[in-house]
Amino acid sequence: MIKLTINGKAHQLDVAPDTPLLWALRDTLQMTGTKYGCGQALCGACTVHVEGSPVRACMTPVSSVAGRRITTIEAVDGERVGKAVQEAWRKLDVVQCGYCQSGQIMSAVALLSQNRRPTDADIDNAMSGNLCRCATYVRIRAAIHEAARALA
Amino acid sequence: MKQSNIENLSRRRFLQGSAGLTLGFCLPAMAAAAKSGGAATPPGAFEPNAFLRIGTDNSVTVFSKHLEMGQGTYTGLATILAEELDADWQHVRVEGAAADAKRYNNLFWGPMQGTGGSTAMANSWEQLRKAGATGRAMLVSAAAKRWQVGATDIVVRDGMVSHAASGRKASFGELALAAAGEAVPGEVKLKEAKDFRLIGKQARRRDSAAKTNGTAQFTQDVFLPGMLVAVVAHPPLFGATVRSFDASKTKAVKGVVDVVQIPQGVAVLATDTWSAKKGRDALSVSWDESNAFKLGSDEILAKYREMAKQPGLIARQNGDADRAFAGAAKVVSASFDFPYLAHAAMEPMNCVVRLNADSCEVWNGEQFQTVDQGRIAALFGLQPEQVKLNMLYAGGSFGRRASSHSDYVLEAAHIVKAINGRAPVKLVWLREDDMRAGFYRPLFHHALEAALDGDGKLVGWRHRLVGQSILAGTPFESAMVKNGIDHVSVEGASTLPYAIPNLTVDLHTPTDIPVPVLWWRSVGSSHTAYSTEVFLDQVALAMGKDPVALRLELLGDHPRHAGALRLAAEKANWGTPLKAAPGERRGRGVAVHESFNSCVAHVAEVTIKKDGSITVDRVVSGVDCGTAINPDNIRSQVEGSVGFALSAALSGEITLKGGRVEQGNFDGYPVLRIGDMPKVEVHIVPSNAAPTGIGEPGVPPVAPAVANAIAAATGKFLHRMPFATGELAV
Repeated sequence: MIKLTINGKAHQLDVAPDTPLLWALRDTLQMTGTKYGCGQALCGACTVHVEGSPVRACMTPVSSVAGRRITTIEAVDGERVGKAVQEAWRKLDVVQCGYCQSGQIMSAVALLSQNRRPTDADIDNAMSGNLCRCATYVRIRAAIHEAARALA
Repeated sequence: MKQSNIENLSRRRFLQGSAGLTLGFCLPAMAAAAKSGGAATPPGAFEPNAFLRIGTDNSVTVFSKHLEMGQGTYTGLATILAEELDADWQHVRVEGAAADAKRYNNLFWGPMQGTGGSTAMANSWEQLRKAGATGRAMLVSAAAKRWQVGATDIVVRDGMVSHAASGRKASFGELALAAAGEAVPGEVKLKEAKDFRLIGKQARRRDSAAKTNGTAQFTQDVFLPGMLVAVVAHPPLFGATVRSFDASKTKAVKGVVDVVQIPQGVAVLATDTWSAKKGRDALSVSWDESNAFKLGSDEILAKYREMAKQPGLIARQNGDADRAFAGAAKVVSASFDFPYLAHAAMEPMNCVVRLNADSCEVWNGEQFQTVDQGRIAALFGLQPEQVKLNMLYAGGSFGRRASSHSDYVLEAAHIVKAINGRAPVKLVWLREDDMRAGFYRPLFHHALEAALDGDGKLVGWRHRLVGQSILAGTPFESAMVKNGIDHVSVEGASTLPYAIPNLTVDLHTPTDIPVPVLWWRSVGSSHTAYSTEVFLDQVALAMGKDPVALRLELLGDHPRHAGALRLAAEKANWGTPLKAAPGERRGRGVAVHESFNSCVAHVAEVTIKKDGSITVDRVVSGVDCGTAINPDNIRSQVEGSVGFALSAALSGEITLKGGRVEQGNFDGYPVLRIGDMPKVEVHIVPSNAAPTGIGEPGVPPVAPAVANAIAAATGKFLHRMPFATGELAV
């Protein structure tokens, strides 16, 4: 049994310790907002926060995050930054297929939590691990600036 | 109208979340479809307009017959209907329609339901306008009766029906039940463009909320009671088969439930994805490679270059190209190579199948309903209408889910069959499965020649193409392959818009390359726009003409091309100098191309460093896609098209070596990241013509515009994709 604290709630999971956090979230807890895209930490679709930092859940064994504070897209609107990012995404209609967007939002929230006035270069740097095959990047940049304005 | 058309909708699952008792009216066909999942329609039903439901809670539900895979279909289709209905946009929501080719066929495809070829808006335009206007007329009749006033004095706006003289008004919801009792009008009046309140305005996407909080349902997110997850060991070569396998170690993996052989390989079934993957890792399969394809990309290309030395089948002929070349004062020539390309949608292919006692139910980012329904029915010995397809959001497709062979859908069904249907199965392809499965944009070789006469006029054009047919062996072959010419192999080349008196386009279609190929966003135009538009710039250089001026000169018969081109050139300040930093070269390039009846021109601005590395700084686009139903979505699609096309221009390449696909994940097949995304400015040509596609047409002119910008800066024309930027180092 592994103890995970996800979105403020404690869970006991009967999974192998090497199980990636991604599959524990998705298949065991059926929290499906976090997506599988590559399994190799190459695309960022599975980005969650561990103690506030962005982490690729597909390469994170559950054993390594036992007892640590995990936040997923399902609870991102619980904080001011997360809510602002989500609202900016909606205001600018960033999404297309939407599959990568949970991960994009988690990375954007992590960036804005550290840096309230990111430049385009800061954004490109922080978001470089998150692929979007629909290439919504123009709007991702704009939405992060929009959220930064809303938070100022 | 019969009583049965008024239903207590609150018991239906799809209205979960609306409070209390919901009574509503559906257009009759929809009521039947909703009850039976797309089966029988009551006699006399108003079939073509099964697209609308209005609830007493004021909800307006639009049923989309087309897949939402990112291109904004759900929003666009709802905009069309809501416009004529005069609905309140805030109350409009969209659900995927059932699979039923009788009611939900793509009107451009005959008796077939499916999404593709950028046809969703274009084929639905009149259909959904009428559906909306019909609903509106029935609400108005109901109000007129209730208030005892003339229907012509009633005004409908933003979900409210009102009568000014009496001061009476009612919401859609308040009138829903009464409207259900009204006769369906035979004819309805459609609005004039000047009266549009949603079309051409800023109707926000209907899927933004669900796609930003993790609740949007993709196939990957489906869980059914007792469901097993399957991960499949696929052959390492196209055409290899299973000789034998040893599953003893697999079966020892905790969570693994079963291992079964299917025609596509060996499926490991487990209680969850990770266990299935571990089970597959432990599996030992002996493959029979005796009939497998073992050539590499280099060998395929060498073969194609040989074939290009001989004339192919004629796809288009104007005048006498041979004579024009014989008398030419100058001949310009170039050849171009294009690799296989994977779609690499962010959601790898997957599918959920459940076999019931007398039916089968499928959950999928369903793009080809009629094809998939028929194939699954045949496999299980069912009738097509016994196969219920649940169309979920697709995490991208770019053509991949419009599988003429139903490849991954059938794979899931075969697994269910192999376990005798005892559990629902979610087939999960890992990224590597998805990337190595084939169904690529075909590898192509093009050879072009242009003849200039003694006055320097462009008088001859020859274009030869060599590449696999996408349509061969598919249900579409008979309709779309004529005289040996697969239309989608040559589109964009055979439809060259330029006024050139002597022109020949011919095609070789190799039939001995079994690499599975498929449409990839913009299909033939993904390579023909590149070769024609880059080559035209080479010709312009040889003629000493400005690329925009030459195009406009040759586009006399094609005002939409010219209009898009002029708009892009003007907005990009074509002809003004670009400032370059020391040690950098900068250039501006242009390309224009029509695909799926829309014309898009791009002007690209690039910077090239000493080492040859390229930055695309800005792309300015001119777009003519007829009536702009949702201008913001058009901008969004073109922005995305720029990024999608740049992946192929800068890095996209699937290569075979000894028949094996060399790439497996995003390390080997890089997809554009945010740092490489240029600024994009999209300008739309004002138009009241019927709408045409926008999901794909932004893609084709991107790479040639960038290549032409590179040539403007460096003097070097790039003749392969992805670009060999090493050539540009100084």
